[in-house]
Amino acid sequence: MTTIQARFQLDYGDFKLDVDLKLPGTGITVLFGHSGSGKTTLLRCIAGLQRAPQGKLEINGNIWQDSERNLFLPTHKRPLGYVFQEANLFPHLTVRDNLHYGLKRIKQNPGAVELEQTLELLGIGHLMERMPERLSGGERQRVAIARALALNPEILLMDEPLASLDFKRKQEILPFLSRLHQQLDIPVLYVTHSQQEVAQLADTLVILEGGQALASGPLSETQSRLDVPLAQDREAATVWQATVIEHEADYHLTRVAFVGGSLSLPMVDAQVGTPLRVQIYARDVSIALEAPTATSILNVLPATITGIADGRDSQTVVQLRLPRMAAETAPGSPRHFLHPWRSEVSQSVGNRCDQVGDQALLAHITRKSALLLGLQIGMAVYVQIKGTSILN
Amino acid sequence: MLSPADLDTLLLTFKVASIATLLMLVLGTPLAWWLTRTHSAWKGIINAVVALPLVLPPTVLGFYLLVLMGPAGAIGKFTTWLGVGTLPFTFPGLVIASVLYSLPFVVQPLQASFSAIGEQPLEAAATLRASPLDTFFSVVVPLAKPGFLTASILGFAHTVGEFGVVLMVGGNIPDKTRVVSVQIYNHVEALEYNEAHWLAGVLLLFSFSVLLVLYTALKSHPVAHPLK
Repeated sequence: MTTIQARFQLDYGDFKLDVDLKLPGTGITVLFGHSGSGKTTLLRCIAGLQRAPQGKLEINGNIWQDSERNLFLPTHKRPLGYVFQEANLFPHLTVRDNLHYGLKRIKQNPGAVELEQTLELLGIGHLMERMPERLSGGERQRVAIARALALNPEILLMDEPLASLDFKRKQEILPFLSRLHQQLDIPVLYVTHSQQEVAQLADTLVILEGGQALASGPLSETQSRLDVPLAQDREAATVWQATVIEHEADYHLTRVAFVGGSLSLPMVDAQVGTPLRVQIYARDVSIALEAPTATSILNVLPATITGIADGRDSQTVVQLRLPRMAAETAPGSPRHFLHPWRSEVSQSVGNRCDQVGDQALLAHITRKSALLLGLQIGMAVYVQIKGTSILN
Repeated sequence: MLSPADLDTLLLTFKVASIATLLMLVLGTPLAWWLTRTHSAWKGIINAVVALPLVLPPTVLGFYLLVLMGPAGAIGKFTTWLGVGTLPFTFPGLVIASVLYSLPFVVQPLQASFSAIGEQPLEAAATLRASPLDTFFSVVVPLAKPGFLTASILGFAHTVGEFGVVLMVGGNIPDKTRVVSVQIYNHVEALEYNEAHWLAGVLLLFSFSVLLVLYTALKSHPVAHPLK
């Protein structure tokens, strides 16, 4: 099931890239890191825009690069779609001609229907006759995404597509990306340095630093890795994939199911069965040794401590797992909910998760509390979740 | 008024300039593209050679061409071996000399507009399945339109105005190598100031119109600025 294998080594003197990744063939894989971490270089190597002297790249069983056999497929022969940080539309062509530029050059024409769908999805149908200079930044980027998708690529590569846009434009495009996410069957590699985009879009997360992959795996597992700086961050959070199972109109609440049970959330305007991404900040999670009987907190779940680490200042970071509850499996989007590829994702970097399929969670508590409760790895505890936020 | 002989020289001048410009575009485009893209050690040398006519007195260039194309020169021996005789004082010789003389006026604007395009549109085209050659014609050429316009007009106008090189390799043969600039010189030598005025006026008006058209066109060109 693993369909992307990417191994690259290059050395520019002041910058070295050295990664060996196995990534899933569906969903959005976010390459996350600060500037200079090598995330864009990695993406460009995958696209063939840059050539790593040492490298092997296999997509869907096809070899795109193998330095040992001196094989390197030039970019224009790779069946990919690429979205640049600046939309990079051809300034001498109308939106329509930009969209058709690639279409004219592929052998199998996917037909007008798919392009129509893409245009509708991205909301750019009315811009067809405009020149790129007469588009807003957000519109330009949407056209660029449509232009890449029009090719019906086997993989979509996106290099910080939102980074050059202001906050408002970002909010304008993110919903489109979420919708794309639900409708695309192809893998997407998405480069960003924004935690917000990670939370909203990622299924799989690769954390890059100094040209190396620190961690790689399903989103909430990678987010909750204690050996990665992300877990200590003030904004540390885990994102769960959940599905709406019922609305409690009387209380203005919505119940959602996830692999480890169910949660009550403030009412969400979504039909039963709708997939949701629920973000839980580590600072909103507290721990109790026994099931609290009298508490105002609705979301109390059994969990097991799987890791403890020092956090910032007075804090301790606790990594927990909520066991999979088969009975709670709710109807809805199986692709989203069950992570069909999750158990296949191998972690080539760092420690491997033992309880694959369980839901990971992070809690930031005070060191004093951790000591008083005598928290230890392996302990069965209860987590109380004070707040959640819905990401889509 | 312009005499029939004057009109002939005008016609010949435009013929030389048109053919030379066409040749310069054909040769200069790949040369300029190569100079823009290459990291080769030869880049500096080739750049300098192409730019030489900008600083060299035309008579010096003409002198070397005369020697090289003459019966004892390398080019002359080659053309003799080909069976076409020697090139000095012929129309083809004049065209070749013009090409070498005006080439920097074609190559340099092209180079400037090629490098203004930058890497980005080329990469976008590659991700949209366009081969490098395809990219050149579908992206580079349209985006470099102002460069091609400037190159053609400057190359043409500069060839029309050449004098020293023509005198050295073309001489002053009516209907074969006698171009306008030489004809003006002939008129002045013969103290025919009236005739000289007419021809000079035509050239002045021509040059001014050409530059006016060029600057107007560049100003209103939609992609005068490279990428958005």
